[in-house]
Amino acid sequence: MATRTGRRAAIVAGLRTPFVKSGTAFKGLTALDLGRIVVSELVQRSELPPKEIDQIVFGVVIPIVQWPNIAREVGLAAGLPKNIEAHSVARACATSLQALTTAADAIAVGEVDVAIVGGAEAMSDVPITYSRPVAQAVVAAAKGKTLVDKLKAFREISPRDLLPVPPAIAEYSTGLSMGDSAEKMAKENGISREAQDAWAHRSHTHAARAWADGTFRNETMRVLVPPRFEDVVIEDNIVRKDSQLEAYANLKPVFDKRYGTVTAGNSSPLTDGAAALVVMAEEKARALGMKPLGFLKEYAYAAVDPAWQLLQAPAFAVPKVLRRAGMKVADVDLFEIHEAFAAQVLSNLQAWGSKKFADEHLGGGEPIGAPPEEKINPNGGSIALGHPFGATGARLVHQALREMSARGLGTALVSICAAGGLGGTCILTRE
Amino acid sequence: MASSSFRLETQRDGVGVVLMDVPGEPVNTLRADFEGELDELLRRAADDPAITSIVFASGKPDGFIAGADVQMLHRIETREEAEALSRGGQQAMARLEELGKRKPIVAAIHGPALGGGLEVALACTYRVASDDRKTQLGQPEVQLGLIPGAGGTQRLPRLIGIAEALDLILTGKSVRASKARRLGLVDEVVPRPILLEVSLRRAAELASGALRPDRSRVHLRRIADREVLQVVALEENPIGRRILFQQARKALLKKTRGHYPAPEKALEAVRIGIEDGVEAGHRAEAERFGELVVSEVSRNLVQIFFATTALKKDTGVDDPSVKPARVSKIGMVGAGLMGAGIAAVTADAGIGVRLRDKDDAALGRGLRQIAGIFDERVKRRRLTPAERDEKMALVTATTDWSGFKTCEVVVEAVFEDLKLKQDTLRDAEREAPTALFASNTSSIPIGRIAEPAARPEGVVGMHFFSPVDKMPLLEVVRAPRTGPQAVATAVALGKRIGKTVIVVNDGVGFYTSRILAPYMNEASWLLLEGAAVEDIDAALVDFGFPVGPMQLLDEVGIDVGGKVAHIMSEAFGERMKPPDGFEKVAEGGRLGRKTKKGFYLYGDDKEKGRKEVDRSVYDLLPGGQKRSSPPREEIAERCVLQMVNEAALCLGEKILRSARDGDVGAVFGLGFPPFRGGPFRYADSLGAQQMVHRLSAYRDRFGARFTPARMLVELSRSGGKFFPEATAEG
Repeated sequence: MATRTGRRAAIVAGLRTPFVKSGTAFKGLTALDLGRIVVSELVQRSELPPKEIDQIVFGVVIPIVQWPNIAREVGLAAGLPKNIEAHSVARACATSLQALTTAADAIAVGEVDVAIVGGAEAMSDVPITYSRPVAQAVVAAAKGKTLVDKLKAFREISPRDLLPVPPAIAEYSTGLSMGDSAEKMAKENGISREAQDAWAHRSHTHAARAWADGTFRNETMRVLVPPRFEDVVIEDNIVRKDSQLEAYANLKPVFDKRYGTVTAGNSSPLTDGAAALVVMAEEKARALGMKPLGFLKEYAYAAVDPAWQLLQAPAFAVPKVLRRAGMKVADVDLFEIHEAFAAQVLSNLQAWGSKKFADEHLGGGEPIGAPPEEKINPNGGSIALGHPFGATGARLVHQALREMSARGLGTALVSICAAGGLGGTCILTRE
Repeated sequence: MASSSFRLETQRDGVGVVLMDVPGEPVNTLRADFEGELDELLRRAADDPAITSIVFASGKPDGFIAGADVQMLHRIETREEAEALSRGGQQAMARLEELGKRKPIVAAIHGPALGGGLEVALACTYRVASDDRKTQLGQPEVQLGLIPGAGGTQRLPRLIGIAEALDLILTGKSVRASKARRLGLVDEVVPRPILLEVSLRRAAELASGALRPDRSRVHLRRIADREVLQVVALEENPIGRRILFQQARKALLKKTRGHYPAPEKALEAVRIGIEDGVEAGHRAEAERFGELVVSEVSRNLVQIFFATTALKKDTGVDDPSVKPARVSKIGMVGAGLMGAGIAAVTADAGIGVRLRDKDDAALGRGLRQIAGIFDERVKRRRLTPAERDEKMALVTATTDWSGFKTCEVVVEAVFEDLKLKQDTLRDAEREAPTALFASNTSSIPIGRIAEPAARPEGVVGMHFFSPVDKMPLLEVVRAPRTGPQAVATAVALGKRIGKTVIVVNDGVGFYTSRILAPYMNEASWLLLEGAAVEDIDAALVDFGFPVGPMQLLDEVGIDVGGKVAHIMSEAFGERMKPPDGFEKVAEGGRLGRKTKKGFYLYGDDKEKGRKEVDRSVYDLLPGGQKRSSPPREEIAERCVLQMVNEAALCLGEKILRSARDGDVGAVFGLGFPPFRGGPFRYADSLGAQQMVHRLSAYRDRFGARFTPARMLVELSRSGGKFFPEATAEG
């Protein structure tokens, strides 16, 4: 397995909107609005001359029919030069990590020098579609030449077909919802309700502290909400400022009401927000006089059977990325792990440390080992901060880089589980 | 004329193409000496048996015909000469129309088709326009105090109906292709690349009889049935038409207050043509055109037009090697009324804006104001929603200094306070080390603001007027240490955002605020002497100002006015000192419209749509409720003399570079009546002697503030004028 070659990608700036519970402060906005807002502000704050930007790679997870290529629309709507090429990527919850690694590859081979990457999600603005019979009838009617032809197309429609269909956060291949999969993993891996609640409490406690001590001040922007610009969103609104461990125990399981352990409290909530990064070739950063926050050293993706443990792909991706980088868990100073569910984080950690897992799934050898808890998500994770699908990858990378600078750390690893049984991970260095 | 302005080009299917392409000019304008040339060409086309139809098009890339050559009109000295010119134009159009009956002529219109240009198109058989934004059709003659002189007052109402034609002719507004299509002004609108091709095809079809243009007005597409009935009811019978003309005249007089004769004359020409026939109509048109060309009002409006045209070419600096800096983004400090306005016009021109204010609430208000300006234009269909979003996206807001490093210009519009502005300058020099610093102060000398500057050569004044998106003037202020590149950059930026720019030298109040101060002050004196608010305002509105001084004070804020008056009297002493007792007005929160309490009633206290004086203000003034005003002429004269005299002082002190700039500044910045040409043209029209005489008479009655400016005294002795020779350029 070859290590990365070509020009090194430097991440010189990043920014995110506050992440807010869907249906609250950003409820009037679309993913495009949020993406445009964060990208235009990021360009301003980074003092990057817009004419230097070659490419925009951007993504959203819930697809919106009006803009099949959101990256292009974000670039145009952000008032950036119209000759910046743009394409969109999709890798579920790892979408904006994909945006970063796609751009990094283009930089490595010399295709582009400077890219804006990121993602957005507006769970308050999801497409509501009609059932397939209705959709097919509409298409058929459009082709009909006479009124009779047009009406005939609707003959087969039953009243039930007329109900609109909201998108489900469920696996297309298995039909299982994300929460069902988390329940399954908790049971199969023996992750207790107490351990899950404790992880959620930890996430909120760290996030609340990070907001209080100013850690997030330069990572997030304030949003004056258009079109009235009367409301200003300053902070994430999901973080519990006085998280009490006992309170988590009172919540009822959501997905398996009788035997379940996954609750609203130990899961990441539906969230609106956007995040973006400025990434460029190392020598370009030097030429522009921009100081990199850090570099992308290595990345890896992996996939598992969605019907098995949907969110366990990081157990494969992380050993892979360490091997490529020639590193051990102990060499990494900081882990930013996406928290879709506490049950998933704990399952991932368990697999990393398990000899049995290594024997059964990784072809034997020593497990990579689970990192000590204090190296993980020191400023909270997706359970507390929220999880706007398209934005989370960029949020994790930026948060890791900021923490590294603040504490003078050398290396960080970002790990993300994603729908479809996918996992993505990358290693960031400061030097 | 060395080379010809018309050529007859390739023929296909028997279609001859007549191209108008005036050599050496960026746009086509009509001149009297073209007549013979065009006639000759048309005769050739008429006699050529191979030609069965004609397309009339422009050889310029982005213009059809912009109208008559204004320089030519300006050189005309007598009414008879002008009338003959109109007659000649009418006859040329008649010949064009006549030829079209044998060999159909299609006008292929891309770019402006204005004034005489539209009249040419109207005389053609059929009109095809490009859907490009640059394509504009209209009869803007009234804007220069004239009326259409080549049959426009006759053909237009017959083509699109009386009411619609009057709307175009009396206002001088122009319409885009799509609107022109709805009006029936053009027959077809096509994408620009196929304009000529479609025109050729239509010409051939008209010649073969395959196409017959549909001109029945009732069938005008997209006019709602109700409107069609209205049109028929009013326009298709003599009584209805009389009502229509009467209403139009009434509405007109209310607007012009009798100061602008042209629209009235145009209305007469249209009416005569409809009532007494085309022949009489043409005669009426030519007579009135003749009268107007040599009228004082038109002369003045034309001079203003020349002055603004000259300013468009003026870089603001004498050294031609000085080039303005390229501006891609400005930093705008202060998101208040002015700051947001400047941000909006800047973004509108495609330039990025980093808007800064101290808190989110202030930024939010600023952004809302900017969005409001664009939303309004979406509502009026001047912008598409996508264009609005694109412009809006150029504005980003911040409470810190991020994003300033890459600004080429930082504009400040913080509160009018020297120390605050100096602090802002220091911050800007630190945060935007390569940017020019432009202050939007309306009164503080730029030299004072620049005192702490590390780079004083990069400090300049950019004095915008409120509301920024509507007021056309920008006053660029050059302080003693301001470098030429800073001036050139500010001037170029101002032009890019669509302003008429004058460059003035530094001094308290520069030019515009300075000449406004004694004018406003005089109004205050009148009020204190017992005049009624409505009489003062009516006097100056009668003179031709858009609003009177009392209403203006309500609009800008009585407190702001007081502050400026204080600054001015400190700088210029006794003659600008506000009358004692005036400060009482602002006490108790009477600050004008913003507090809904001023010289007039606002909000619930006021009957809707009516302007009513808040008589309780008189209790604060000497004389109380019993007001007695001097004659309106005297009120107007006192205020206007103060303004004109101060303008003469500014010219004498070299605050102004020229009398031309002074006229443009007063007309576009302060609403000085354009038909009077500006303070200097006005002084010239009365004569310096008369000016000095009147000023001296008032000095005897009211004291030293009416002391005539030295320049006026000198001119009155020498019998000279501010504009000595009547050159076209002024």
